Amino acid sequence: MKFKIWAVCCLAILGMISSGMAQENADTANRATTASISPPAPPGNLEPKDTPDDNGHSITLGWSLSPDDGAGNKSVLGYKIFRSTNRDTGFVERGVSPSGSKEYVDMGGAIPEENDYMPNDTDYYYKLRAVTSDSTVYSETGVIGPTQTTGEWFNRGRTLVLVFVLIFAMVTVFFIRKARSGAELFVRRLAGIEAVDEAIGRATEMGKPILYVLGLGTASDIATIASFSILGRVAKKIAEYQTGLIVPCYDAIVMTVAQETVRTAFLDAGRPDAYNEDMVYYVTSNQFGYVAAVNGTMLRQMPATNIYMGTFFAESLLLAETGALAGSVQIAGTDQVAQIPFFVVACDYTLIGEELYAASAYLSREPILLGSLKAQDYGKAAVIALSIIGIIAAQFNWTWLVELFKSAN
Amino acid sequence: MKRQVPLMLVFTLALVMIIQYFVPNDLSLDTNEFLLKWIIIIGVFAMALGIWSLIRVSYEKIKRRVPGWQYPIATLLGLAAMIIFGFDYGRHFSTAEGLNNPMFLKFFLYIIIPIQSTMFALLAFYIASAAYRAFRARSALATLLLLAALIVMLRFNPYLGIFGQYLERTTSWLLNVPNLAAKRAIIIGIGLGSVATALKVMLGIERAYMGKD
Amino acid sequence: MNIFDRLMRMDRRWVFLLVALVCAITYAIPFKIKLNKSPEVKAVFSFMDTLKAGDIIFVAVDYDPSSMAELNPMFYAIVEQAFRKEVKVIFSALSQNAPTMADQLIKDVADSVKQDRTYNGKFYKGREIKNGVDYTFLGYKPYPALIILAMGQNFRIPFPTDYYGVPLDSLPMMKKIRNYDQCKCVVDLSASNATDMWITYGQSRYNFPLALGLTGVMSADYYPYLNSGQVFGIMGGLLGAAQYEALADNPGAAMDGMRIQVFAHIVIILFILMGNIGYLVSRRKSKKG
Repeated sequence: MKFKIWAVCCLAILGMISSGMAQENADTANRATTASISPPAPPGNLEPKDTPDDNGHSITLGWSLSPDDGAGNKSVLGYKIFRSTNRDTGFVERGVSPSGSKEYVDMGGAIPEENDYMPNDTDYYYKLRAVTSDSTVYSETGVIGPTQTTGEWFNRGRTLVLVFVLIFAMVTVFFIRKARSGAELFVRRLAGIEAVDEAIGRATEMGKPILYVLGLGTASDIATIASFSILGRVAKKIAEYQTGLIVPCYDAIVMTVAQETVRTAFLDAGRPDAYNEDMVYYVTSNQFGYVAAVNGTMLRQMPATNIYMGTFFAESLLLAETGALAGSVQIAGTDQVAQIPFFVVACDYTLIGEELYAASAYLSREPILLGSLKAQDYGKAAVIALSIIGIIAAQFNWTWLVELFKSAN
Repeated sequence: MKRQVPLMLVFTLALVMIIQYFVPNDLSLDTNEFLLKWIIIIGVFAMALGIWSLIRVSYEKIKRRVPGWQYPIATLLGLAAMIIFGFDYGRHFSTAEGLNNPMFLKFFLYIIIPIQSTMFALLAFYIASAAYRAFRARSALATLLLLAALIVMLRFNPYLGIFGQYLERTTSWLLNVPNLAAKRAIIIGIGLGSVATALKVMLGIERAYMGKD
Repeated sequence: MNIFDRLMRMDRRWVFLLVALVCAITYAIPFKIKLNKSPEVKAVFSFMDTLKAGDIIFVAVDYDPSSMAELNPMFYAIVEQAFRKEVKVIFSALSQNAPTMADQLIKDVADSVKQDRTYNGKFYKGREIKNGVDYTFLGYKPYPALIILAMGQNFRIPFPTDYYGVPLDSLPMMKKIRNYDQCKCVVDLSASNATDMWITYGQSRYNFPLALGLTGVMSADYYPYLNSGQVFGIMGGLLGAAQYEALADNPGAAMDGMRIQVFAHIVIILFILMGNIGYLVSRRKSKKG
């Protein structure tokens, strides 16, 4: 019996030892298998360059793929980029690029307070490491550098934009000078503009005020600037006819400019005493709060004419339908393409898009303003011609011409 | 002098901003940032002017008992309430803490949000009445507009079966071809008009904003 | 006045009444409707679906409470999808009344993500969403164009602290994030001209993938940008929101709203047809007369 117990114990101990040995052999075999991956071939032709057309603080690295990229046992799974300001020491990992990629943009902060500050005009050294599935197995390029970052003084990607802006400016100046010298410039009829005089006359006869809405834009929006010009000319006529004027404003800066515009218009008409600062007032900078206030004004004061000129959004139909309810004649103009259909449906006259910008030229018939209108027409003709050339170029695969018009960054 | 200085300022700053667009350098970006901060500061001061204008006009309307003089009372009460609670009874002038004031939050969640949603919901009714009034087959173009509107409105109606698929394809064509062509044309015109207007302001041709003595 | 004249000149209050009735009845009776998914909405969903844990997206909440009926469902669907996939989100609110609303929306989605759910056959375990770890809310600043430009250099320029007053540098998720370059995409949910700013001052300058969530009225305007590749997807109005909810297998307010919208459109079409019948018959009569 004792012998049997000893035998079982010995067998158990032997079993434990052999399983342990088997595990150790397996581990050794695994380690042997892992250690058997040899380092991959390194990537080549590492070239760091200052990223062009920017404010500096960025270097673009290019390289050719390792021959073991995505292939075989020692497959390269990615590339780690290391940078230092010293050729020999202090290399810090900057990022990882996946296998198959041949480019990386190393970008840093522009101000010293930032964590990742990368000052310009400083020597940077780079090396690239091709990594495998085993983090201890890799290969590196040599250290390349120094490369410095600099901020460029001209963004070459925007050259075409500059060329067109300069050409357009020169054409505008040409037509303005031509108009100043007395040349007759033809511009087509705009029903909405011609209706303004009639609408002001109607308001005077009915003894009701005119409501002028400058829209929801800020004073720096082009549509609001165009609206100021129209307001000035409308206010001058109103001063001459001694009709009432109500100008509720959405933006406080717009209010101050509109007050000045209307005051000047009354001065020009020789009726400075008729100007009341409360004609132009601030309401709120909340979209629907503004609409509610203007709608209330329309329904209480029942203006004979509503003029909407500027930037409008969802409230356009609310304003126009309420004006229709109040029985007012309505003239609208906006550069917001989405709102044009609502104004077309609900107003008597609508100025579409650039007709808003042309309105001040129409109302004043000043030669220099008509001259700039002519320049716009030629600009549009040029765009049409370029579109036709572009269609032909696309048909004949003249890619160099198509590439020329790709959007600049 | 009073007219020349603003005109010179407008010309110089407009030129600076145009040049800034083409120059990516740090100096250019810093200049841009500096000017942008000034716009925000000016906007805040202008807001003070706007609030003063609103208070004065409302007070005048109440004093003169113009028709509907009760509405300016509601305006002034609303303004006062939001200021008092938004600044947390004067304990916090920094907006972050004021926004956490319970009454301010209640005003926002239970008054401002429902009222704004109500105003926006009015659009549904106004669209119905505007469509009823305006979509009449008065001419060939008006009939075309009417048909396009009907097709687009019916496209996602699930009860039209296979007919709905044709409507969907037609809508897709309408949106991606004629609609796109017209919108691109309008956008190009607006772009050119914007450049021309900006040039006129920069060169001092358009000076309605400046006023006169 | 005969019946055709009446049809042509109906008091608009009848129109308002009937639209209100139809909306109320279809809201009260729950039923489902089938939805086709348009390519521009599928593009947004597919992009979001390919994102991995740890990726970062930027969601701009640029609308007021007035537009929340159309845009809130898009927010819920996209942000819940992102949080479920452990994608980190940076929020901004460049519309005046948006910040408080956006804060509430984030909290709502965070509460929803605490529940275990299955979407499109994939099980997602509920988890805690933490500010500074899973999301950062930058808050509101005026003049969106300037803010979008400044964020392209560094988020810290216009927003040195987040909405809650915590410096961005002390938030764990913001340590390696500087600007749009670290974000996989920007999703702009907007009912205003902030969208134009994002396209002009954001995408054109900094070249990030941009998707738009817009009100129905605005969405048609932005197809040119979709075709030119400046925008990779558009969710337009309640329909776009409902389509996204259907793709994400996360039905919500948009799918409920669609059934009301379908019938409201039918009512509007009926009124248009009635008006035109009245107009055509009256015109024929006056020609004969």
